[in-house]
Amino acid sequence: MTQRYVMSIDQGTTSTRCILFDQRGRLVSVTQREHKQHFPRPGWVEHDAVEIWRNLERIGPEALAQAGIGPGEVAAVGIANQRETTVLWDRRTGVPVAPAVVWQDTRTDTLVDELSRRPDAHVVRERCGLPLATYFSAPTVRWLLDDTDGLRERAERGEVLFGTMESWLIWNLTGGPDGGVHVTDVTNASRTLLMNLRDLDWDPVLLGFFGIPRAMLPEIRPSSETYGTARRVLPGVRISAALGDQQAALFGQTCFHRGEAKCTYGTGAFLLLNTGTEPVASTHGLLTTVGYQIGDQPAVYALEGSIAITGALVQWFRDRLGIISTAPEIETLARTVDDNGGCYIVPAFSGLFAPHWRSEARGVIVGLTSYITKGHLARAVLEATGWQTREVVDAMNADAGIALTTLKVDGGMTSDNLLMQFIADVLDVPVVRPMVAETVSLGAAYAAGLAVGYWPDLEGLRRNWHRAAQWTPAMDPERREDEYDNWRRAVERALGWIKPTAG
Amino acid sequence: MPGPVQSIERAAAILRLLAQGSGRLGLTEIANSLGLARGTAHGILRTLQLVGFVEQDEATGKYQLGAALLHLGTSYLDVNELRSRAINWADALAARSGEAVRIGTHLQGKVLVVHHVFRPDDSLQTLDVGMLLPMHATAIGKVLLAYDANAAATVQDAVQDGELEQFTRRTVRTHKELSRALATVREHGWASDADEAGMGEAGVAAPIRGYGGLVVGAMGISGATERICDSGGRPRPELVGYVRDAARAVSRDLGASRW
Repeated sequence: MTQRYVMSIDQGTTSTRCILFDQRGRLVSVTQREHKQHFPRPGWVEHDAVEIWRNLERIGPEALAQAGIGPGEVAAVGIANQRETTVLWDRRTGVPVAPAVVWQDTRTDTLVDELSRRPDAHVVRERCGLPLATYFSAPTVRWLLDDTDGLRERAERGEVLFGTMESWLIWNLTGGPDGGVHVTDVTNASRTLLMNLRDLDWDPVLLGFFGIPRAMLPEIRPSSETYGTARRVLPGVRISAALGDQQAALFGQTCFHRGEAKCTYGTGAFLLLNTGTEPVASTHGLLTTVGYQIGDQPAVYALEGSIAITGALVQWFRDRLGIISTAPEIETLARTVDDNGGCYIVPAFSGLFAPHWRSEARGVIVGLTSYITKGHLARAVLEATGWQTREVVDAMNADAGIALTTLKVDGGMTSDNLLMQFIADVLDVPVVRPMVAETVSLGAAYAAGLAVGYWPDLEGLRRNWHRAAQWTPAMDPERREDEYDNWRRAVERALGWIKPTAG
Repeated sequence: MPGPVQSIERAAAILRLLAQGSGRLGLTEIANSLGLARGTAHGILRTLQLVGFVEQDEATGKYQLGAALLHLGTSYLDVNELRSRAINWADALAARSGEAVRIGTHLQGKVLVVHHVFRPDDSLQTLDVGMLLPMHATAIGKVLLAYDANAAATVQDAVQDGELEQFTRRTVRTHKELSRALATVREHGWASDADEAGMGEAGVAAPIRGYGGLVVGAMGISGATERICDSGGRPRPELVGYVRDAARAVSRDLGASRW
């Protein structure tokens, strides 16, 4: 039978989706199922890994049925997943030993503080490229091993396995307790704090630092390579790719050359820049991470800049202030005025992320006068996303030593024309939206199809990429510099708001 | 002439009731006040809730007048909301048809382009969003004229003064020609233009409907006449199918159940 499709599984923070793509990268069918968010204590966020697996058992076959095909017509399946979320499970029974701890969970904050005060804490950033922070997996694994009696001993004997969501799903798809393959890919492994960024293997020094037994860890494999064949849900289909969701979006946007970047605009925003086959250490508050690795080729690295609040500011405007009733209305309201009227909003709701990393900062609205209307505030809301992008791009240009020439964008906020034009204006480079908005799923599908020869090479994938819209910079340079200066002065006013606690 | 429709009378009574006093009433209170069975009152309230005229408080279960009633006079659907709801379907239409996609709404006798997807050939193109197109010479405009009474009235007024503006020798010229063209649009459920807005340009469009079937915009493809039309000058059936499927998909997302 001819294999006419590639499937992607996008295991996200709120839902799991299956999408079938055809050879030209077009959507053929989409199925989706949400899973529950559990908040057992303040700061804790958990998922039920079994619920997520059951959801996949359901939506996988549904996606095939929707397209009217059988698994025999699927050339390969690729997985993109929420990053850093941690699952520990029993190798013999396949049952998780604890609820999955989600990347947003902050239960390890005290542990992370303790670890960062150790004299050897510098090894973390040196070896894995990331700062010690609660949302990466290693502190979570350590916390779970400390929390449950006897768990460490079982992990040391290899009876308990660790994985992020892609490992958990691949292990289950390939048979679970009955011969399941225990693997992860370089991009997901690069978010654990345990992988050496140059060797692309578990680093004994980091394993020692966090006290995590090697026996529980999956084997690290390239992002695009066949790991095994599904025995359940999609019987006989090769599982040929896994990437963290933001890396998958970079791949789906076909940012295959050094200097190419994409930004995904959702609740927050993630900007990833391809830096080629050498990791670039950041001195400007960015994360060094693996972009992807195809088969036995050298890994491609990326710089990542994350912005905590972009779409969330629009949601706040809608849900907390009630000034608009739907998110897209922010554009309608912003267009009632010609400019921000001198008003700026710095949405440091829980501190500022890249490139500042200032947890004591809090949000400010500055430049208020009696002239300001809700239209000006709506402008300031959108402009905050533009300027935060500019700050991250400036940091990337400085770290990587290459100037960005185009920004590829995706995510829900790309339907806002005023915002996209503003981003082009403040970056002074064209902003381009691709025709397939589902770049995360497409990236996983591309990587899987590439591994099995469904697509011949990266250039073939590039030919599938089409421009759906482009915004060209049109702002007067003098005005851009003036406004940027105002924004930076507004940011200064947001810093240092939370007083340090005594002692 | 048929008599009054009972359920509409009852719905009006419920709205009047909610407009009085505290404005927050439970199902039993409403049913008792109007002497209706609880099931009947519930059915009417559910429908009023669906169209946005009534809202139900999640915590107390009580009903009150909905925000949509307050905005009856203003735009029914925000154009940026429309774009955001249609964007994935518009992308899919461009990918399937290989042509540029535009979504338009009526603005003072013209078509306002509210969304534009480039033709997927990576040639140099610029965004048409915010541009105004002539109603009577474009497929999108004809759909709006056929289904939007206000739009039709604006253009009708213009025709009284004489001829419609001519862009090519094939542009619809007279009031009579336009009426005939619009009757065909309503009969088929889609519109087309060929060499009417400019020589060598053609388009196909279909209506986007919201709750209750109200037409809130039109969605279509546009491109070179030789690609859009067959040798007989008619739009290619498969393209018409793609456009209608996409417009129907957006309509379903907006709550138009029957289309």
